[in-house]
Amino acid sequence: MLTKRIIPCLDVKDGKVVKGTSFVQLRDAGDPVALARQYYQQGADELVFLDITATPEGRDTVVDVVEHVSEQVFMPLTVGGGLRNIGDMRRMLQAGADKVSINTAAVLQPDLIGEGAVKFGSQCIVIAIDAKRVANRPEPRWEVYISSGQKPTGIDAVSWAKKAVTLGAGEVLLTSMDADGHRAGYDLELTRAISEAVPVPVIASGGAGAPEDLYQALVIGKADAVLAASIFHYGTYSIGETKKYLSERGIPVRI
Amino acid sequence: MIVVVDYGAGNLRSVANALIRLGYQPEITSRPQDLPNASAVILPGVGAAADTMASLNRLGLTDPIRQLITDGRPFFGVCMGLQVLFTGTEEGGWHECLGIIPGRVKKLPEGLKIPHMGWNQVKQQRDHPVFSSIPDEANFYFVHSYYVEPEDKALVAGETEYGTTICSVIARGNLVATQFHPEKSGEFGLKMYDNFLKLVAKGD
Repeated sequence: MLTKRIIPCLDVKDGKVVKGTSFVQLRDAGDPVALARQYYQQGADELVFLDITATPEGRDTVVDVVEHVSEQVFMPLTVGGGLRNIGDMRRMLQAGADKVSINTAAVLQPDLIGEGAVKFGSQCIVIAIDAKRVANRPEPRWEVYISSGQKPTGIDAVSWAKKAVTLGAGEVLLTSMDADGHRAGYDLELTRAISEAVPVPVIASGGAGAPEDLYQALVIGKADAVLAASIFHYGTYSIGETKKYLSERGIPVRI
Repeated sequence: MIVVVDYGAGNLRSVANALIRLGYQPEITSRPQDLPNASAVILPGVGAAADTMASLNRLGLTDPIRQLITDGRPFFGVCMGLQVLFTGTEEGGWHECLGIIPGRVKKLPEGLKIPHMGWNQVKQQRDHPVFSSIPDEANFYFVHSYYVEPEDKALVAGETEYGTTICSVIARGNLVATQFHPEKSGEFGLKMYDNFLKLVAKGD
């Protein structure tokens, strides 16, 4: 049976992990390569690197990070953040990434999804969606935001997810902006709405505070994978503990 | 010399990294003349079948690959590198492939998320040296939308459940190919490459 994936996310800025500096016994806690190795040894199923660097020089350091990680860590790597065109995607894939996630560029230029899928295969193209609940609606509705959550687009998240998949995206990385950072659980309604709307796997993101939250996202949210950052970085729960908990509650996970 | 065939597929580097980690020095090449002299050939692969076949044809690699397998020389196909060995694929219409293994490549059944993406168990159907020190039903990393159906079931060395029972490992003598990606499958994946390359060393 296909297992549910548990995916730690590393936010990288100028070659350093910016969240999670209190993570267990690393000599250099901000070193993304060391952190990736640690997660690999703990049994993470995949890793996502989110490049939050603003400068071209910073971008070079991420390529470097991906190269080093892929030499030491033998599990799938997704890289996202600031990828604007086919050239950016190719650079990350050649550095050793297995998938690239695109967000703002895909909204501004939807053809990029199809171009990427044709060049590298749909399985390489992850559509990242940052969605925020629209207030005071009888039916729940979520709006897509771009530019790191700064700009509302007026686009409905469920319709956008469907369209992106039709254009060639092979996976959806869905972040609830309302839940993100609160550690009070994923937006289950949003996760379920998207997961039921698209035929490709959906990774739930934003809001994980405890293993119970991951369980809810997988069962009620119908997610295929769950992404979390701070609960793992701060060492609150290890990947192993989280998987053990999920397994005991009947979720198929790789242990 | 261990050769990793470069035909423009994306994950060459991952395969090479895995082999380097195991202490081998793989040669990444797209030159047909490098294949006959190789001690082992690894054909990686992601992407679309038709593109893969077009690239192999353009580079003049199809005949050397057929010859090598016919001669029983060590060969390891990964994902698309498994699928292209078959008669043909239903991906994007009907496309003929290398025709080394009689059988078809078919779309995964509707009803589950496609691609089949993530870690799934490989049920070992028989003993084979590539499974050495790898427990039955160990998890490997899959990402694919099509699966192979060999006519000769005796080729099937491993199976995996995803909506249907899919052939995830074929093995016949020195020919091994997997639907999953050993280079992305943690320590058991590395072990599988190591088992294959040790088998090769023994054969020499």
